[in-house]
Amino acid sequence: MDHALFQYLLRLGDSTLVLSQRLSEWTGHGPALEEDLALTNTALDLLGQARMWLTLAGEVEGLSRDEDQLAYLRDAPDYRNYLLVERGNGDYGHTMLRQFFFDSWHYFLLQRLSLSPDARIADIAAKALKEVTYHARRSADIVVRLGDGTAESHQRMQSALDDLWRYTGELFVDDSIHTALAQRGVITLHETLEQDWLTHVQAVLKEATLNLPAIEDARHSAYQGGMAGRHTEALGYLLAEMQHLQRSYPGASW
Amino acid sequence: MDKTEWPLWEVFIRSQHGLAHKHVGSLRASDAEMAINNARDVYTRRNEGVSIWVVKSGDIVASVPGDKEALFDAARSKVYRHPTFFPMPDEVKHM
Repeated sequence: MDHALFQYLLRLGDSTLVLSQRLSEWTGHGPALEEDLALTNTALDLLGQARMWLTLAGEVEGLSRDEDQLAYLRDAPDYRNYLLVERGNGDYGHTMLRQFFFDSWHYFLLQRLSLSPDARIADIAAKALKEVTYHARRSADIVVRLGDGTAESHQRMQSALDDLWRYTGELFVDDSIHTALAQRGVITLHETLEQDWLTHVQAVLKEATLNLPAIEDARHSAYQGGMAGRHTEALGYLLAEMQHLQRSYPGASW
Repeated sequence: MDKTEWPLWEVFIRSQHGLAHKHVGSLRASDAEMAINNARDVYTRRNEGVSIWVVKSGDIVASVPGDKEALFDAARSKVYRHPTFFPMPDEVKHM
């Protein structure tokens, strides 16, 4: 088994799956009908991407685990998603800021992955990139509207920013799995995405009249570890809800 | 949600093989850009190759139902105004 590739695919699959699960929690609770639908569409896009990544991960692993087994029968320490996506939704601004950070990173990452010499990765990335281009445009738009909105929406966005910022550093950390894959040319190191991401994020937050916390605040190792299976307390609850039926009726077909 | 800040917009969409924009419904949005974004999510499910028009409902002027007879009934008996008596060659589509 290609261990590094399997782990990397889990990182992509789990991050899109967990974020999709978070966004689905908004169904019927959005601030307006139109926002509700838009968020649900994004959740569905991400779920579709998670299915493709996890199916490929299962193939690479070679133990005939399919997308469902990977999604429903792994517990939190076996999940490899980034910490950012498992954080609770908070208010709508908090959700959209988390989305903005992730979408911007996702966009630059998928751009690189769509050029991967591994055709399986390139194909999924190219398909996902079309969806994520739209997600990124929309979340940036909302962040500006809320940041540069009323006094209350501005203050809420600033506190969301102060809360979520520390989880963004992990998106650019490269460990031995990334370096192994990068050496083979399958992926580019995530640190190479950081400058593009930062330039974009700074520009949008400036337009939103929000103050970016210090870059170093996103570097603390206490806020990293998701991609190695060390999660915040939030993921266990999320998985308990998501996996409940499969755990109660294992092996049932739906 | 303050409805004065989220006015109603009418949405017209030309589908991939469609010839003209068709009215598909309405939605609320705070400005035109948001209306386009929302129209994509609500009415097209983001199919490719479509064109969307949005227009504020307040900017549309409709004919008055009471004027129906004066506007439309007079033409009803004048079939010769319609080019329905010419055989159309198959090559000419969508007349």
